[in-house]
Amino acid sequence: MKRTKKSRLSAGQIALTVTGVLFFAVMLVWPLAEVLYRSLKDGWALYWSAVTAENTLSALRVTLLAAVIALLVDTFFALAASWLLTKFDFRGKSLLTTLIDIPFSISPVIAGLSFIMMFGRNGLATPVVNWFNDTFGVDIALVFSIPGVVLATIFVTFPYVLRELLPAMNLQGRAEEEAAAQLGAGGLAIFRRVTLPHIKWSLIYGMVLCAARAFGEFGAVYAVSKARGETFTLPLEVDALYMSGGAEAITQAFAVSSILVLMALVMLILKNIAEWRARKSSEQEE
Amino acid sequence: MKKKKRNRVIPGFGLTMGITVTMLSLLILLPLASVLIRSFELTPAEFWETITRSNVVGAFQTSILCALLAAAINCVFGLILAWILVRYDFPGKRLIDGMIELPFALPTAVAGITLAKMYSDQGVLGQALNRIGIQGSYSRVGLVIALVFVGIPFVVRSIQPVLRKLPPSCEEAALTLGASKGFTFRHVILPELTPALLTGFGLALARGIGEYGSVIYISGNSAKNGTQVVSYVIMQKLNSGSADYVGAAAIALVLLAISFLLMLLLNMVQWFAARRTQ
Amino acid sequence: MNCNLLKSKKQIKTAALGLCVCLLAGALTGCGASSGETSEEGSEVIELLNVSYDPTREFYAAYNELFTAYYEETYGVTVEVTQSHGGSGSQARSVIEGNEADVVTLALAHDITLIEDEGMIDEGWIDEFENNSSPYTSTIVFLVRAGNEKNIQDWDDLLQEDVDIITPDPKSSGGACWNFLAAWYYAQQQYGDDESQIKEFMHSLYANVLVMDSGARGATTTFVENGQGDVLIAWENEALQTMEDYPDEYEIITPSVSILAEPSVAIVDENVADHGTAEVAEEYLEYLYTDEAQRLIGEYYYRPTNEEILNEFSDVFDLDVELCTIDDFGGWDAAYEKFFQDDAIFDEIYNS
Repeated sequence: MKRTKKSRLSAGQIALTVTGVLFFAVMLVWPLAEVLYRSLKDGWALYWSAVTAENTLSALRVTLLAAVIALLVDTFFALAASWLLTKFDFRGKSLLTTLIDIPFSISPVIAGLSFIMMFGRNGLATPVVNWFNDTFGVDIALVFSIPGVVLATIFVTFPYVLRELLPAMNLQGRAEEEAAAQLGAGGLAIFRRVTLPHIKWSLIYGMVLCAARAFGEFGAVYAVSKARGETFTLPLEVDALYMSGGAEAITQAFAVSSILVLMALVMLILKNIAEWRARKSSEQEE
Repeated sequence: MKKKKRNRVIPGFGLTMGITVTMLSLLILLPLASVLIRSFELTPAEFWETITRSNVVGAFQTSILCALLAAAINCVFGLILAWILVRYDFPGKRLIDGMIELPFALPTAVAGITLAKMYSDQGVLGQALNRIGIQGSYSRVGLVIALVFVGIPFVVRSIQPVLRKLPPSCEEAALTLGASKGFTFRHVILPELTPALLTGFGLALARGIGEYGSVIYISGNSAKNGTQVVSYVIMQKLNSGSADYVGAAAIALVLLAISFLLMLLLNMVQWFAARRTQ
Repeated sequence: MNCNLLKSKKQIKTAALGLCVCLLAGALTGCGASSGETSEEGSEVIELLNVSYDPTREFYAAYNELFTAYYEETYGVTVEVTQSHGGSGSQARSVIEGNEADVVTLALAHDITLIEDEGMIDEGWIDEFENNSSPYTSTIVFLVRAGNEKNIQDWDDLLQEDVDIITPDPKSSGGACWNFLAAWYYAQQQYGDDESQIKEFMHSLYANVLVMDSGARGATTTFVENGQGDVLIAWENEALQTMEDYPDEYEIITPSVSILAEPSVAIVDENVADHGTAEVAEEYLEYLYTDEAQRLIGEYYYRPTNEEILNEFSDVFDLDVELCTIDDFGGWDAAYEKFFQDDAIFDEIYNS
């Protein structure tokens, strides 16, 4: 009954649908098609050589490394912070939430700027880093290096997992955990056996979004990574090729972009699976 | 007091608090502190002078104006998209629904170079715009387009869940009572959607004001044409040989204050919305 | 079930701590791996980082091949050269902030002076290699679209109301500084010592700038690939390269006067001492002056400083154009302070 009613659209509804779909097609689908078209414009041979170029592969490695580390750190943080923010009431909670949300809303350029000002050769915290290096006989550089890229990536992706986890944790409430705690269960056990099953798919959903964001970070990493083929990530490689001038290099830039498009699409598919599972598991609960 | 005790039934308060605060401080607040410290190297008068230079003010105007416009456009089309995705059935609906987050997953640099090409004089859409006398790339129009692109998911995803909860029966009731469609929309649906719409608007705005990757290729970065955005000016100061860190930090601080304020407002909107539904 | 739930707080803490340690260890091994390769002594591969400016991408890609082949043949050691490119000013800045360059090959001496001021490069670097440490020079020309519709022949034609100019931002681009100075020199010849008229001239010129990219390469991309503007004030080598890529679509206009741009090279003494790469770095820059390298320089449209080899390319370069030098402006430090510092003349004419 409901379905048949839904599927028969009036003229106005059709117009609305067409508007929405058109907007979607022009704003979202077209750019995707444009990347693919431009990357293949000069034939497969050029495409393949661009995608398998040494600089591209190195950039892919750096991108994946940074994303994986950022994902681990962000997830660990999200688990701790979501527990704190949903299972307890305390003063300053909304301030804390707002602080955590900072990276979400600030310009990535500010992230890059602050890393340079803090950890650059003349940075405020550089004496500490140098002392650490001297004491432990290591040679860690926090800017213009892989750790710098990782830190910048962590900075911009920091709250992403948490943001997806919070609603699910809130929805679930505290009753079950309280019951388990009163029965004398330890925190980790409560988390693993009571909480985790409920939030599993939301967690994965958040992790997928976080990874997608980590793959694509540009502004912050741009400020702290300068050596092509060493510390460049894929988006930086795209920029370098695009800025190389020549028509061929621009086609190569789009070829490298197509890798990122592919990664984005895979992430979208994973996200949809996670989302669907999350909805299904919450429906089951109801 | 009693409440407090009840709270602590669940273990892990100290531990999670410790982890949260430590990680937040080390990874986010510590680097950001440099912005504060550096900007305090300026006297208030110098600070004021730095942020009121004509190119800085111009960049703030550009960023805020374009982000506002893009967020407004997104509210209209985001509402339409959310509406048709929740209420109507049509072929390809699931695909569209699944792809709304694309701008979010697509690296901003890729979006930037692609949009710059599409809307330049050699791109199909750029030529189409040219024909009606509008310049796409290298103008504020291009800037707005890039910001619309990055902002879509924020609005759609804010509205969808609320719309899903809003039963069509409400509108039907209003309609059967003789209210016009316009009236129903304005007085029955819109009030319900306002908090969500505001949230989406605010998120898109916050993202737009600070955006870098997707806009630098498409905007001309010309102070004269008003296409320099704030993040470009910061990067410019960071990149000039005689690096003006203090100046960059001062501008960054203003930008930080703006986003902080926006997030605060958003949290308030959500809090009000939550209270109203209770 | 209940039994399983019974776990002490301690265990959670250890678990969390363990995770922290793992993360930290992961991060550290990440750095260890990245820095390990360079510091390994006695290994057969020496890594060198050349921090350069925008338009030298293609040249150094070719030169690095030439050099590594030479070095391997002579010493039996493999050198791996990593390149970093960007606006000259921003590249200098990155070295100051810790980008571990072994050598810098920048667009102008002033950017190297900035690094010297930090104590990272020893004084007197400019005399370390021949010709003020400039193995190649270039100059500034105009690139216009075929047909030269706006009839641009000299600097004053750029002031026509309907001309759209593409030139990068002097704040971050070395090439843009040379552009500015060349125009200033022209205006100086026109108006003599009347600085207010010169400024007026420069103001009208910069009022016509349509897109101001952060680096010379970005400006070329904007002009060539994205079709913006009527004229690109460009490095001669960029202009010639574009002509090679698109022979029928552009024309090069050589103005009546221009400037002899001397991009400088230097060893970053502090970093090579850290890396133990001093000899290779010196050899790398010294080799730029050999005949093979000078010819390669000419092939990539830079002007070789070796006169003989420069003359081999006399059909490529317009060798008769009148060129001023940075000495006409009292050297780079004076010029930079007068024109490009915050609130100096460039800000004055651009923001007024």
